[in-house]
Amino acid sequence: MNNLKKKNNIKLLQGNEACAEGALLAGVKFFAGYPITPSSEIAENMARKLPKIGGKFIQMEDEIASMAAVIGASIAGLKSLTATSGPGMCLKQENLGFASINEIPCVVVNAQRGGPSTGLPTKPSQGDMMQARWGTHGDHPIIALAPSTVNEILTLTIKAFNFSEKYRTPVILLLDEVIAHMREKVEIPAPEDIEVVNRKKPTVPPEEYLPFRPDEDGVPPMANFGEGYRYHITGLVHSEKGLPISDSQQIDHFIRRINDKINKNIKDILIYEEYLLDDAKIALIAYGSVARAAERTVKLAREEGLKVGLLKLLTIWPFCFEKVNRLAQQVDLIIVPEMNLGQMALEVERASQGKCRVVPYGRVDGELINPIEILGKIREEIKK
Amino acid sequence: MKTVIDNYIRKEMFPNIWCPGCGNGIVLGAIIRAIDELKWDKNKIVAVSGIGCSSRITGYVDFCTMNTTHGRALPFATGIKMANHDLKVIVVMGDGDCSAIGGNHFIHAARRNIDLTAIVINNMIYGMTGGQYSPLTPTDKFGSTAPYGNIDQSFDLVELAITAGASYVARGTVYNPRQSTSLIKRALNKKGFSVVEVISDCPVSYGKMNKMKSPVDMLKWIKDIAVSKKVWEGLSPDEKKGKYAIGEFLSKDRPDYSELYEEIIKKAQKMGGNE
Repeated sequence: MNNLKKKNNIKLLQGNEACAEGALLAGVKFFAGYPITPSSEIAENMARKLPKIGGKFIQMEDEIASMAAVIGASIAGLKSLTATSGPGMCLKQENLGFASINEIPCVVVNAQRGGPSTGLPTKPSQGDMMQARWGTHGDHPIIALAPSTVNEILTLTIKAFNFSEKYRTPVILLLDEVIAHMREKVEIPAPEDIEVVNRKKPTVPPEEYLPFRPDEDGVPPMANFGEGYRYHITGLVHSEKGLPISDSQQIDHFIRRINDKINKNIKDILIYEEYLLDDAKIALIAYGSVARAAERTVKLAREEGLKVGLLKLLTIWPFCFEKVNRLAQQVDLIIVPEMNLGQMALEVERASQGKCRVVPYGRVDGELINPIEILGKIREEIKK
Repeated sequence: MKTVIDNYIRKEMFPNIWCPGCGNGIVLGAIIRAIDELKWDKNKIVAVSGIGCSSRITGYVDFCTMNTTHGRALPFATGIKMANHDLKVIVVMGDGDCSAIGGNHFIHAARRNIDLTAIVINNMIYGMTGGQYSPLTPTDKFGSTAPYGNIDQSFDLVELAITAGASYVARGTVYNPRQSTSLIKRALNKKGFSVVEVISDCPVSYGKMNKMKSPVDMLKWIKDIAVSKKVWEGLSPDEKKGKYAIGEFLSKDRPDYSELYEEIIKKAQKMGGNE
């Protein structure tokens, strides 16, 4: 019986479908979006499934509006999701900043395609890694996750919601066109096997509530609109009461506090996987669909007697600085294959602090990076 | 003595940021009086605004309030209303906020007929940034970015709202605060997308550049350009130039967006299954 139940939970799902399933398991009740390739299937799945559970779907007039609606719905109490790709992600930046400064939980999916601009609508890319970190202006906190399999899309979508609720922050889920459109076997976990985190509610009466006063973990409890707590939310830098401030000391404290809440909890937020790194002298650092190729490269290299291992990043932002720093002390060479011109390689180089050689391997022609070419790059580099 | 207004404002936010003679306070008073007459529960009222002088209104009222990004108040409010349709959602915008950067959101909120009340304070200028012309600055008037006169044709917000599909559309002025209060009250009571444009004065930016130096000059000008709907209908096209009809222009009943979506939920749940 148990086996039969388990079998029923195995499905062949497209990446975007898995994202929708993960969101539903995490408790999503609201989706606002705008059609764009290669993310539209997420919206289509949400349009079909949300009303079945009493949730709401709305197709807005543009990406700016969909980001705004998602934030509004979250403030009114619903776990909220939007999904887009590069050109739409550019438009979302304005209100992503609003979510960040007001600590509004929400999840934004970016199924990356080639850029800049309209770029390559149906070809994969990882060109938005730095945009995910710094796309909206000002020093702001952000969490970004990057799955590399359809199964991971499901589990990391749940994680994304949990992080957003736990830390009161927008979370970006970075897919790429390959894993967004690929179909793979997915094991749908039973609801009772999933950890679902909900935002902390205030425990004080309304007259004592300060909407932006943090608890010890750096995160303020959040009252939803309509629950009897009347307060102000503004995109201006604000006090614990939520009102605009101009005192430089208070401003400094606020900006540092919203960033520190992520930095202080970095151990909880960082997710990565190590593959044959223990004795490695050469490390590959990869994420998203490229991590799949990199894993295969490790196997091929080991067959040739090369001591190669892989660090697969699942949390992209905040960056696992210390992990990479330790790795740089262990290995002689780190190669970073990615579908861009070296965006994360820069970050790896920064974390390595000159302790080993860091070599980017970038492709920007809309084609996947394959295991053989990474192996070729290893051979080329060890000759140097 | 405690007034009606005292029951609804956040005193710690005062003094307000507005210049002496600004019309925003008159509109704030009209909104509060309208809400007081309706006896709504403050805990269920959400006020959302964008960016600009008028958008600071949300900071001064003791509801659930939100001062959002420039032009985006309506989509934020749409999300709030969709998430919890028991909330009464009021959106306060300025003319640039609503009709320039937020113009697309405005027509789509009207098209959907989402149950929000939009109050547009039209002072015909970008006041906060120093008097640049907006889409509601009349042709031939001056702004800091129209130093030789404005060649743009301005929107008629009332006509725009009606054409886009709103359920209730009215226009008042700060010279006629009682009428504005009653129009706002009717708009708040109306299901669906309701719009009240309130013509207001910005003596510091608009007045200064258009030969009306004092707030009194500006209010007198507003008195002259605003004519009742009835009088308006009798005017020739030439006589209508530079004038604004005020009053109620549309009040119709049509299902609002949340009601229609409730039907979708019922339909989806009836169909059952996982797909």
